[in-house]
Amino acid sequence: MSEKHPKGRLDEATQTETVGHEWDGIEELNTPLPRWWLWTFYACIAFSLVYCVAYPAWPMLTRATEGTLGWSSRGDLDKDLKATATARAHTVAALADMPIEQLPAHPELMRAAVAGGAAAFRINCVQCHGAGAAGSKGFPNLNDDDWLWGGDLKTIETTLIHGIRQPGDEATRQSIMPNFGADGLLTPEQIADVTSYVLTLSGKEKRSAASQRGTQLFADNCAVCHGPAGKGSRQFGAPDLTDAIWLDGAAREDVIAQINRPHMGVMPAWGTRLDPVTIKMLAAYVHSLGGGEKFAALPDGQAPKEAEAR
Amino acid sequence: MNKMVKPPRAPSLYAKREPVFNKRIDGKFRRIKWAIMALCLAVYWVTPWLRWDRGPYAPTQAVLIDLAHRRFYMFGIEIWPHEFYFVAGLLIMAGIGLFLVTSAVGRAWCGYACPQTVWTDLFQHVDRLIDGDRNARMRLYKAPWGTAKIARRLAKWSIYLAISFATGGAWIFYFADAPTLQHQFWTGSADPVAYGTVAVLTATTFILGGFMREQVCIYMCPWPRIQTAMLDEKSLIVTYKDWRGEARGSLKKAKANPGQFGDCIDCNQCVAVCPTGIDIREGPQVGCITCALCIDACDRVMDEIGRPRGLIDYATLEDSEAEKAGQPPTRHLKLIWRPRTLLYLAAWSAIGFTLLFLLGTRVHTGLTVSKDRNPPYILMKGGAVRNAYTLRLRNMQGRPRDMEIALQGLPGAVMWTEDTARDSAARRIVRTVAPDATQGLRVYVTAPAGSAAHDFAFHLQAIGEAGEADTANTTFDTP
Repeated sequence: MSEKHPKGRLDEATQTETVGHEWDGIEELNTPLPRWWLWTFYACIAFSLVYCVAYPAWPMLTRATEGTLGWSSRGDLDKDLKATATARAHTVAALADMPIEQLPAHPELMRAAVAGGAAAFRINCVQCHGAGAAGSKGFPNLNDDDWLWGGDLKTIETTLIHGIRQPGDEATRQSIMPNFGADGLLTPEQIADVTSYVLTLSGKEKRSAASQRGTQLFADNCAVCHGPAGKGSRQFGAPDLTDAIWLDGAAREDVIAQINRPHMGVMPAWGTRLDPVTIKMLAAYVHSLGGGEKFAALPDGQAPKEAEAR
Repeated sequence: MNKMVKPPRAPSLYAKREPVFNKRIDGKFRRIKWAIMALCLAVYWVTPWLRWDRGPYAPTQAVLIDLAHRRFYMFGIEIWPHEFYFVAGLLIMAGIGLFLVTSAVGRAWCGYACPQTVWTDLFQHVDRLIDGDRNARMRLYKAPWGTAKIARRLAKWSIYLAISFATGGAWIFYFADAPTLQHQFWTGSADPVAYGTVAVLTATTFILGGFMREQVCIYMCPWPRIQTAMLDEKSLIVTYKDWRGEARGSLKKAKANPGQFGDCIDCNQCVAVCPTGIDIREGPQVGCITCALCIDACDRVMDEIGRPRGLIDYATLEDSEAEKAGQPPTRHLKLIWRPRTLLYLAAWSAIGFTLLFLLGTRVHTGLTVSKDRNPPYILMKGGAVRNAYTLRLRNMQGRPRDMEIALQGLPGAVMWTEDTARDSAARRIVRTVAPDATQGLRVYVTAPAGSAAHDFAFHLQAIGEAGEADTANTTFDTP
């Protein structure tokens, strides 16, 4: 219970006044605050007044007051972005001037390009190729060494600029596989036979009477693009049928479906959407993913030295 | 009915500071204080200018906290960010060290070595130099503002400011090469952070040392409160032996009434010399930083009036009681060596030796590995399976070093790097790592078709340096 004492009673032990309240025998001393504390408090009030005038502070109907200093977080970000652009200008200019084939001879630039490409990939490419560039059924995995149109820097850059099967771009990667089943070019039995043959090429199926029958069908209908041995052709973007990688599925029914009514991938012509430097960087990044071809030889197998943190 | 009682005067909500005009004193403890002050200030101001040769790739400053490059240099020792536990260990040692000192000799830290004490002491000497000793300063304080007072105040505050600037200015030299930074500082080309730091530390030194003084100890610092818990009846603290001193009375009174008065002649010298303005005769209190200047003052008076020294003395509460009962005082050394202090000492030195041992045996080569999880594995044309890893090679020595990375386990597997061709794949890679740096390395490991998922390791060996090696375990995933 709280009890009221006459205010100003002196505490015997400390000779300090009490505030006049008692809780079960416990009283509160009225110890004065040090004066400097008061000054600190006034200083804080003064600071807050200045702050409210100098910086955005008062919420209005549509936006806050702007403050006399004109500071804004958006403006801060702008400044940061400009500073980054200025810092990168030298590298970007050097990349713009350099043909991509010569990039591996300049390790510093190459590293910058791979890093920049990784960032651009996250924005433009992950929608189809996935965040790890591993693709999915129908969308190529860019980490492996199986290239439909070629896997050296220059070829990757060309594919990026002109895209795949893009109408309106004369240099686009272009090829069409006929709808062998859907258009009645082959009967379902023939398709079954040629499927059997195709699956023997990579050892997925054993040779059989069906695959024997498919041999001639393959030579007549498929070898023109996929090659007599089924090794594929980069001129037409025709996949290698003898390897372990199956873009549209490795199961028998996947292969039949693909012969019946082929799925043919498309990619935008990035040359109309991105600047040349970004495309170079993207090519360098994709090339660096572990399947790239035609690396420049480095002395003693030594890679360029990289020093970080100092 | 009671008579109407006049209500007492309303107390002020805010207490004005009682100014302290501490008198000059000389004596044993004053000299110790001088020596410790000189040592602390010398260490503070000289340390950043000491040089230490670490070869061409490292800074030459003996003590340098290189925040920009995340390195801490202390003479022959270089600490990397991942070795921050050394600093944590030192901080724990500092904490236990304070416990040790406090339980043995009370608030010795507060009285002698705390920066607040050292700088306040320095500023109080400035007061004495400009305004004179206690009485002169009191007179000047009460005098109305006139030309002479303004001139003296300006002179004093200018010296405060000069000391504060030297104090704040020296701080930044611990964080960058001192000669370079000094040149930059005076030519206006140093980083704004440097000027800001100097400005803030100059201001805090000026205010805390020049004006706040004992109020920092009494109102702001948490340490006196913590120390209250560290002290016990066996701790050496500055004690007024009331059983000997009371009742107080002037020499005259004592002579007139022999046997009725104690040794304290109520000369107030102990109060006059106190830098925090307390009366030690009221017993242990939060305002006492145990600087022992009152001991010097009292001993001098006792000598003059021909009474034994030690009316105010370093004594434990327990010993004080024993003396009161007529027993001889315990020797100080015996008071310091007791289980509690020995336990602190044991913990303190155990941590110290552990840190030294770790420092002596640490390896200057390191390897970490992080496996790609998206995608976890890649099927290659020929059926082989590839996993990707990001390695980080660490060279903690001030020279470029050749290091060999080798696969341990995973039979038949080979590796190559992001910037080399697949046909250069091998089970070993040699790289030169720049001095005092880490190097990132993206590595592709390929195992033959049909390999099973496998735990394996990368092994890093500095070429030609036995013992300078590291191993990083990881896994290999397959479809």
